[in-house]
Amino acid sequence: MDLQTTTYLVVGASFALYIGIAIWARAGSTSEFYVAGGGVHPVMNGMATAADWMSAASFISMAGLISNMGYGGGLFLMGWTGGYVLLAMLLAPYLRKFGKFTVPQFIGDRFYSKSASTVAVLCLLTASLTYIIGQMTGVGVAFSRFLGVSSDTGIYIGQAIVFMYAVFGGMKGITYTQVAQYIVLISAYIIPAIFISLQLTGNPIPQLGLGSNIVGQDISLLAKLDQVVTDLGFGKYTTSTAGSTLNMFVYTMSLMIGTAGLPHVIMRFFTVPKVSDARSSAGWALIFIALLYTTAPAVAAMAKTNLIRTITPGVVMNNADPFAPESQIKADERPDWMKRWEKTGLLKFEDKNGDGRIQYYNDKTKNPEVLKKAEAAGWKGNELTVNADIIVLANPEIALLPNWVIALVAAGGLAAALSTAAGLLMAISSAVSHDLVKGVFAPDISEKNELLAGKIAMAVAIVISGWLGLNPPGFAAGTVALAFGIAASSLFPAIMMGIFSKKMNKEGAIAGMLAGLFVTLFYVFAHKGIFFIKGTDFLPMIGGANSFFGITPEAFGAIGACVNFAVAFVVDKMTKEPPEHIQAMVENVRIPRGSKAVDGAH
Amino acid sequence: MDDSGKAYWSATLGLLTKILIIWFLVSFGAGILFAPMLNNIMLGGYPLGFWFAQQGSIYIFIALIFWYKAAMDKIDRQFDVHEE
Repeated sequence: MDLQTTTYLVVGASFALYIGIAIWARAGSTSEFYVAGGGVHPVMNGMATAADWMSAASFISMAGLISNMGYGGGLFLMGWTGGYVLLAMLLAPYLRKFGKFTVPQFIGDRFYSKSASTVAVLCLLTASLTYIIGQMTGVGVAFSRFLGVSSDTGIYIGQAIVFMYAVFGGMKGITYTQVAQYIVLISAYIIPAIFISLQLTGNPIPQLGLGSNIVGQDISLLAKLDQVVTDLGFGKYTTSTAGSTLNMFVYTMSLMIGTAGLPHVIMRFFTVPKVSDARSSAGWALIFIALLYTTAPAVAAMAKTNLIRTITPGVVMNNADPFAPESQIKADERPDWMKRWEKTGLLKFEDKNGDGRIQYYNDKTKNPEVLKKAEAAGWKGNELTVNADIIVLANPEIALLPNWVIALVAAGGLAAALSTAAGLLMAISSAVSHDLVKGVFAPDISEKNELLAGKIAMAVAIVISGWLGLNPPGFAAGTVALAFGIAASSLFPAIMMGIFSKKMNKEGAIAGMLAGLFVTLFYVFAHKGIFFIKGTDFLPMIGGANSFFGITPEAFGAIGACVNFAVAFVVDKMTKEPPEHIQAMVENVRIPRGSKAVDGAH
Repeated sequence: MDDSGKAYWSATLGLLTKILIIWFLVSFGAGILFAPMLNNIMLGGYPLGFWFAQQGSIYIFIALIFWYKAAMDKIDRQFDVHEE
């Protein structure tokens, strides 16, 4: 069977499964729609959270980024997992005890103010919408490559499918669909990694393979990779950091607290039966996430090794000199997968010195020895550019694995993007219908109409995100970073202070959220343009790129969070204490006894 | 808040502090600040600092959450505030 047919079959079968589950688990009540009736087992919930959490960015982009960055890529691994420790200890159990549907509802009640809850809705919508655009773009790319349709058509198909199960299923349907999606995406990630690890190191477990010796040689894979990439003028794989150490530190912190503050992740912990389940649920989620996250560094390093093996055969396995005249492959003998990806424009080859061979090295290196060797060999610059986003999708093709593995990876990428999109839509829908419509505009709305409002909000969000996915204002990774920045700088500090500081009042919380949000948006927009519109950036005003101690805009959320905390404490000290009954409520939230099923009553 | 409530909360905060210190040490400490130093030690084929940044910290995070859950359930029972 050819690759195209296999792909249709595997992707089609996975979709039939998701839709079947969504129909089977239709939501009957508001409680089932928002929090799956509060009856999801912690292990199941952990799996669903993992699918919810691991988006197209985790599945498709992350290993590629690590592959390019080397050691510095560890900031994504630590940042996107370390946040779960904070979530499990600082937020999840207390929010579950509080027993309401949504994050803005907690902020509104705790800070006894409709304005606080409205500000929280604003933060939530900005974070979720920006995040979801990236997912829609990811769906479009994955569909176009594997189903041979245009990227736009890919987005329409994606919209229709997300709409179907999100709208009909609600949280209950989404939760069970996400369990299925997790299983698809994790097998799609791990199976090729096992094959590749076996090929390179003889060890079937990628996590151990990365620390093993190369087949038939007395040198570890990482040491070999270090040596080969330094020969070609790249930074040493195991030590090159992402910018300065300070930037890596702040970046990791932003991703961690951003993770803990993202509403679609927090919401997950409202669906478990008890407070103590909320605690373990985060642990289960992290186990399921770690399966992918500890495999990713192996995928990254092995993909880099395989790429170099493809371009300069013999360098990795037989210690050939990469600069020798015969060691690079001839361009017209390049493998088929390269030709396939060239069509998407994500892989480019240009024969700069006209010798009919492909030269892949870092031509901007400062190492004079490498430059001298390259010049002596008659190289005229790097001839191959590989977009980081294709590493995972092309990985099984690079390693020449069978067609069904390649098809499975396609299904996995789509599962990752669709499950996250559905979770985000759920967060948007509940914020609009429950916190805005029922909470502010029409408090006496009937349960049926509230559900309807939620579904309409979801449909509108799908249309907006699909439209922005079709017309991306020139960003991809930038949006994801912004979503984390917003969550880190606005929601996380407000929730945390709501639990851990009894005396924090509404003035402090609102001022803090707005200050954190504003500072972060200001710094990001200065680099990337106001709402990412090209040409509206204002770098000179803040003194040039990364002017704040060399911190990149993606890493700025942690600084925004510090501003949030500082402003909140100063304003809190200048205004009057929260009322008695609020302080009593905080004391009550802190102990597990008396927790009840989640209900949405205001 | 009565005395038992205060003691419960300070026991909770004590546990959180301990866990947060380890959380910080394995990621920001071993994975970032001290990584260059730790890289002189090898763990199989892994330089140790690199291992903490790309593997080890994640395993320890998982252990931390389950330790937290077990310790917290114990504290709940000790102060008689657990769920029925």
